[in-house]
Amino acid sequence: MTEFAGNQVVIEVIYLVASALFILSLKWMSSPTTARHGVWAGEVGMLLAIAGTLLHHGIVDYTWIAVALVLGTIIGVPLGRVQMTAVPQRTALSHAFGALCVTLVGTAEFYLRSPDITPFMMSVLSMEVILGSLTFTGSLMAAGKLQEILPQRPLTYRGQNFVNFLLLTIAVVLAVNLVLHPEARQLYPFMLLIALAFGVLLVIPIGGADMPTVISLLNAYAGLSAAAMGFVLNNKLLIVAGALDGSSGLILSVIMSKAMNRSFTNVLFGAFGQVQAAAAAGQEAKPVRSATAEETAAILSAANKVVVVPGYGMAVAQAQHKVRELYDALSKRGVDVRFAIHPVAGRMPGHMNVLLAEADIPYDRLMDMDDINGDFPQTDVALVIGANDVTNPAARNDASSPIYGMPILDVDKAHTVMVIKRGMSPGFAGIDNPLYYLDNTLMLFGDAKAFVGSIVRELTGAGHS
Amino acid sequence: MNSSILTNGLFIFMLAGFIGFEVIRRVSPLLHTPLMSLTNALDAIAVVGAIVLVGEHKSTLSAVLGTLAVIAATSNIVGGFLITDRMLKMFKSSRPAAKS
Repeated sequence: MTEFAGNQVVIEVIYLVASALFILSLKWMSSPTTARHGVWAGEVGMLLAIAGTLLHHGIVDYTWIAVALVLGTIIGVPLGRVQMTAVPQRTALSHAFGALCVTLVGTAEFYLRSPDITPFMMSVLSMEVILGSLTFTGSLMAAGKLQEILPQRPLTYRGQNFVNFLLLTIAVVLAVNLVLHPEARQLYPFMLLIALAFGVLLVIPIGGADMPTVISLLNAYAGLSAAAMGFVLNNKLLIVAGALDGSSGLILSVIMSKAMNRSFTNVLFGAFGQVQAAAAAGQEAKPVRSATAEETAAILSAANKVVVVPGYGMAVAQAQHKVRELYDALSKRGVDVRFAIHPVAGRMPGHMNVLLAEADIPYDRLMDMDDINGDFPQTDVALVIGANDVTNPAARNDASSPIYGMPILDVDKAHTVMVIKRGMSPGFAGIDNPLYYLDNTLMLFGDAKAFVGSIVRELTGAGHS
Repeated sequence: MNSSILTNGLFIFMLAGFIGFEVIRRVSPLLHTPLMSLTNALDAIAVVGAIVLVGEHKSTLSAVLGTLAVIAATSNIVGGFLITDRMLKMFKSSRPAAKS
């Protein structure tokens, strides 16, 4: 790409405009009122960039470009139409596709240039390929776990961190060797394979509750590998888009790790899923109070302020539409209903918000943890639907708890706490939740969707009272 | 020549990183899921590198890998923008209508 034809300048200008549109696109995402403009800006930028690229003077054959664009669209449309509950695995899968593209391009560039590749070029190319391939396999694993094709339980073994560290080191050593001796092309496939294996092993020990952090981190890796590809191709638009995506992923990872009370370095090195150490200590049957749907409906309709705390269990039970009916029934009776969303509720950042928005619950009723926590003491009923660890008061007052220090929703401060749960089994992290044994807690045993449905029937059926 | 490519690139990377940080920091947690699918679609701009690879057809290997790369990236572009828009359409405020 050293020769400069006239349309090279045109392409550069188009890329400049596209970069500006991409930045605007993200800027407009800051508020739900302008967010859809953001999508349009992104789409226009993307179309411009692709159209501009087709002007590239070196392009001699358009057939396969057209075929690939059509095939990609055919695959992309169903991926854009998945159900909202499948959004986390779809996102993981798209990280994988993005990383696959970057890895394939990096590999092709390596074999095109390899004997005469400068040390600088080889370094960024290695970075591109290592990050790209570990993100590819890591994201596939994450998608498999989220889709429940693979076991969701974390798989751990002795010396896991050592093996991972060793693999990464070998990949880096191979990369350094290639930088110093670019003619040693036979090393390249090994570097690629080891990075691919590393991605698999990185995600294997990760359980479902850690998925929001992992998806964010894979997002950051995908962005950084695309930026590295920008360096390799000397393409400024790609550097910009990669940097934007990378910083977005990093910010989300930081938010998620804070919400899980993990240090960011802990997350960066992929040391997830060590929380499952807690033994099943809470086996002895402590007394809990439970209530029926009829009693629940009576308490809810007598309340002034209700805060609903949704968690992954709501998503699993597909209960969001029933929750919407509950919201309607209570609002009609003049009850103030709001929703408290913990940053790591669900399987990816913002998961609960999307599900509740899908069920037509207005977004100004959805509150962040920091905004709602002060209101729990004035709340009559906190209704927990399918959330567990994010409501566990042990995180606040039991220094021996594995989740001690994790910021939680202070539901135990509400006058009455109601928890819809299938049974008394501990949550995903295997940690007992003292919330369930409090005097002001009522356990509502049953499937989230069915139970909320029967509360709604009680409320609407007894509408005259 | 090579060092200017490096420094230019690093300058752009640094500036874009800061812009990204400042802009994305302001995104409400409400929209974190659509944000991720949008940045994912934007990231698929890597398709431009793959398109050039296919079009230049310098070797069979590069053309084949490039074609696969274009397919992967295009599916992200199409799917990413589609689902982001679908999600954003669902976010409605109660203020204009339901304040009766």
